[in-house]
Amino acid sequence: MRIAIASGKGGTGKTTVAVSLALSVATREKVSLLDCDVEEPNAALFLHEQIGSADKHGFNPNADTAQVFVKVPKVDNDKCTKCGRCSSVCEFNAIALTKTGPMIFPELCHSCGGCALFCPTQAITEADRAVGKIHRFVHENLTFIEGLLNVGEAMSTPVICKVKKMVATDGLVIVDCPPGTACPMVAAVRDVDFAILVTEPTPFGLHDLTLAVETVRELSVPFGVIVNRADDAELCVREYCQKEKIPLLLEIPDSRAVAEGYSRGVPILASMPELAGAYEKMLVQIGVLAQAACCGGNQ
Amino acid sequence: MKIAVTSDGETPDSAVDRRFGRAAVFQLFDTETGEYTVHPNTQNLNAAQGAGIQAAQTVVGLGAEVVITGHCGPKAFRVLQASEVGIVLNAEGSVKELVEKFQAGELTFAESADVEGHWV
Repeated sequence: MRIAIASGKGGTGKTTVAVSLALSVATREKVSLLDCDVEEPNAALFLHEQIGSADKHGFNPNADTAQVFVKVPKVDNDKCTKCGRCSSVCEFNAIALTKTGPMIFPELCHSCGGCALFCPTQAITEADRAVGKIHRFVHENLTFIEGLLNVGEAMSTPVICKVKKMVATDGLVIVDCPPGTACPMVAAVRDVDFAILVTEPTPFGLHDLTLAVETVRELSVPFGVIVNRADDAELCVREYCQKEKIPLLLEIPDSRAVAEGYSRGVPILASMPELAGAYEKMLVQIGVLAQAACCGGNQ
Repeated sequence: MKIAVTSDGETPDSAVDRRFGRAAVFQLFDTETGEYTVHPNTQNLNAAQGAGIQAAQTVVGLGAEVVITGHCGPKAFRVLQASEVGIVLNAEGSVKELVEKFQAGELTFAESADVEGHWV
């Protein structure tokens, strides 16, 4: 079972939920937590007890580390006839034909391989370009995998896809997604069995929640909502979920103790131990919802 | 010699378009014939990324040796430079006025891009 923790709006509590859910499951069984918010992964900040102290790059130096590469074109000028075919087939404007030959802009390349495929003189080969790193750390039942996009890179999806590929298939997999509803979020949410959309009970939170709902519906991923920092005076999200028949999985009450703990890197479970039981019930509900969606899809 | 001027219209009296990559059209003036031709930039107006790069390639493909425009980013600048195209930036006024000023030697070539590269 793979569960994505997503949201439209940033800062609603995706990582808070993802980390605490993973830790609560890890007390009973194997679980993998994937930090797919690769532009600024921060789940590790709340796992120092499990993964040890971080080095200056923010991660335990004992973790397994792997580079993430993408393919980019490389031109052999001796074979190139400057015909411009590579540039004309490039959908991403990553190749310009100049008087001196094709000029390549690797940061715009989407690694489709079209230029190499269509080059009539086989002057283009594909070379590896490092765009990010993966850290992997195992502690008892918890496997934690974090993707980290290199500074200055614009495309995070290759790193996100690599993080998702590195996970073992057994046990629950929890994917902490990047915010928003653009390509990185889609890459993280795609192919999961269920998505939890975390929101805050404000008009802004609701607005971005509706965008996230539209996106996961388009991806045909079954989903439910967690309201974080819930407040009985702010009912807009609850009303929206009722109207749209979206399962409201859980409401995490607004709590100063949680905020104080968070500011010291203390996972929410320590400040709000009753969440563990609520999560257990929620996972049962998610199992039922995912199963129903799966069977419905087969009919 | 051919001179390309970014423009928001299709006549020599139209104003220069201050954008390079997403200019409405390129007007090409041929100093030998004294004629203007209009080349639309529709494809790049809708490009998700790399509009400047493609615009530069278009201009190079048209055989222009000089580009007159408002602003130009680093990637387009590199493409134009590699093809030995002279680049005049911060241009203001009509296409015709600018071509005349250039021919009178009143415009100077930029040595570097004047705006940062940007994403979508």
